[in-house]
Amino acid sequence: MDTPQTEVQTVYIRPASLSGTPTHYCPGCTHGIAHRLVAEVLDEMNVREQTIGVAPVGCSVFAYNYFNCDFVEAAHGRAPAMATGIKRVMPNHIVFTYQGDGDLASIGMSEIMHVAGRGENITVIFINNTIYGMTGGQMAPTTLPGQRTTSSPNGRDVETMGYPLHMAELLAQQPGAGYVVRRSLHDPKNIRQAKKAIRVAFEAQKRGLGFSLVELLSTCPTNWGVTPREALGWLEEHMIPVYPLQDFKVIPTLAELKF
Amino acid sequence: MTKELLEGNFAMAEAAVRAGCEAYFGYPITPQTEILEWMSHRMPELKRTFLQAESEVAAINMVYGAACTGTRVMSSSSSPGVSLMMEGLSYIAGTEVPVVLIDVVRGGPGLGNIAPAQSDYNQLNHGGGHGDYHQIVLAPASVQEAIDMTVLAFELAEKYRNIVVVMADGSVGQMMEPAELPEMRPVTRIQGDWPVTGNVGRPPRVLTSIYIDPPAEEVYNHKILNKWYDIQANEIRYKEYYLDDADFVVVGFGTAGRIALTSVRAARAEGIKVGLLRPITTSPFPFSQLDELSKRAQGMLVVEMNTGQMLDDVRLAAKGRLPVEFYGRPGGMMPFPDDILGEIRRLAHTPLTTEGDPRKRWMDRVRTGELMLR
Repeated sequence: MDTPQTEVQTVYIRPASLSGTPTHYCPGCTHGIAHRLVAEVLDEMNVREQTIGVAPVGCSVFAYNYFNCDFVEAAHGRAPAMATGIKRVMPNHIVFTYQGDGDLASIGMSEIMHVAGRGENITVIFINNTIYGMTGGQMAPTTLPGQRTTSSPNGRDVETMGYPLHMAELLAQQPGAGYVVRRSLHDPKNIRQAKKAIRVAFEAQKRGLGFSLVELLSTCPTNWGVTPREALGWLEEHMIPVYPLQDFKVIPTLAELKF
Repeated sequence: MTKELLEGNFAMAEAAVRAGCEAYFGYPITPQTEILEWMSHRMPELKRTFLQAESEVAAINMVYGAACTGTRVMSSSSSPGVSLMMEGLSYIAGTEVPVVLIDVVRGGPGLGNIAPAQSDYNQLNHGGGHGDYHQIVLAPASVQEAIDMTVLAFELAEKYRNIVVVMADGSVGQMMEPAELPEMRPVTRIQGDWPVTGNVGRPPRVLTSIYIDPPAEEVYNHKILNKWYDIQANEIRYKEYYLDDADFVVVGFGTAGRIALTSVRAARAEGIKVGLLRPITTSPFPFSQLDELSKRAQGMLVVEMNTGQMLDDVRLAAKGRLPVEFYGRPGGMMPFPDDILGEIRRLAHTPLTTEGDPRKRWMDRVRTGELMLR
């Protein structure tokens, strides 16, 4: 009797740049998607073995466990400074930071502004979920007006707590920035666009075209107090109007790249 | 090499260059800015890395990053700037990467002033940053020592994967005197099993100071403490002057120790059997040497340009066996040799006690005008 022949085709596989370690992220959190997109780009560019990542303090503090490349772990907000130190002595390596909104836009404001100002040839993946996740849902510099958090229990009152910071817009103003865009991870179409942007950001670094940053609007169902599905809807409905998905700085050489 | 007339700050910077320092990150602050300025032209000239950071906070984290790649790297600053670096230094200690820092200490607390002081002793020798860790601290008293200790700092940092601080003060940094620079050494990168260099042909490496599992953090704390005992056993350095037959021992580090040597010589000329112990490593501290001296001397005098920070370590070593007296000039003031000579005479010719608090006795004498400040 003939054995039936089955044709096997790989349609989905873990990128080599991911380690395979199960993440500690909450169900529905978009960190996993962001990690995968970065890993796919490192694979496609074949730069995994020339890459050094810099993990932040926050939910993604253990990012180094999930990537299959060399990594260091920075102090809170200092990832861009640490990345600078690495890139200056390893200029031919790919150096990226992966930072949340508290890390990048609050305690690390000085460091992120100055890497952009210097046109430091590094790539920053900026996760904006409008909240401090690791510490349990406190107000972030990106928390929306009126948004309830554990440290703004009646909603962010702009009279006393100020307004959210628009980091991509701010950083794009710096002449040293080569590529600064905002994307979102709330549906497949936007995820594909986010991946393209991450690719361009790493290509910018590879070509020595200055500071590159992709801000990724992300969800935190746990600390927003909603289901994962509701979180995706909340992002689309409330975050995108405040944080428009745009290209804020794309130098002409990069505009011609197609992925 | 021949002796040249060199300023301390330039000399330490050039010594670092010749010791093979490949990257420098810093921020301007008086009285150490000449180090940064020297590096700003010297490092690019040699195709090495120089970067003026946006703050001391950023500078030490740039150092941290470069150190993680196995690059010989340093920063320099002065007291308020070093306070800002404490966070980064704690992370560096928690990651065991070799780093050299020069602190040209100035008067404090707060903004203080830009005059020479030794008031960072506790911050550098007894912690500073959070967590349990120890730094090797070297205390130069001359431009030549500043050069030699800068070179030694890189060797010790890499030997032990530890922070090494050259604790100079404003006078060592600013004064000029004849000194000899070392030969230029080649730049090399550490080829151990830990630097992050891209994982070509090997599994990925991670350098981190996080041990989220408390038992693992406990083990790490044990590990770096045991390393510290190893450093204590092998790296204590000090200079002894006239101690063989000394009845009285003056203890001072850096500039205060150097000034005290003049006073000790003057006292010897008067027939007082006094000697000087000048710690070169204030951390690890020469406890056992002072322990031995305290068994055979009749009294000790600690001289510092602060309000008695090393004093506590000397008293710990002396174990109450003999009177320990204190003379200090804090706030950016420096003692005169005659002032210390007066204290040595007092030590030799007046009844002393092991009771009470020597720092308080000194303060009372200043307050009542018995001790004239000039």
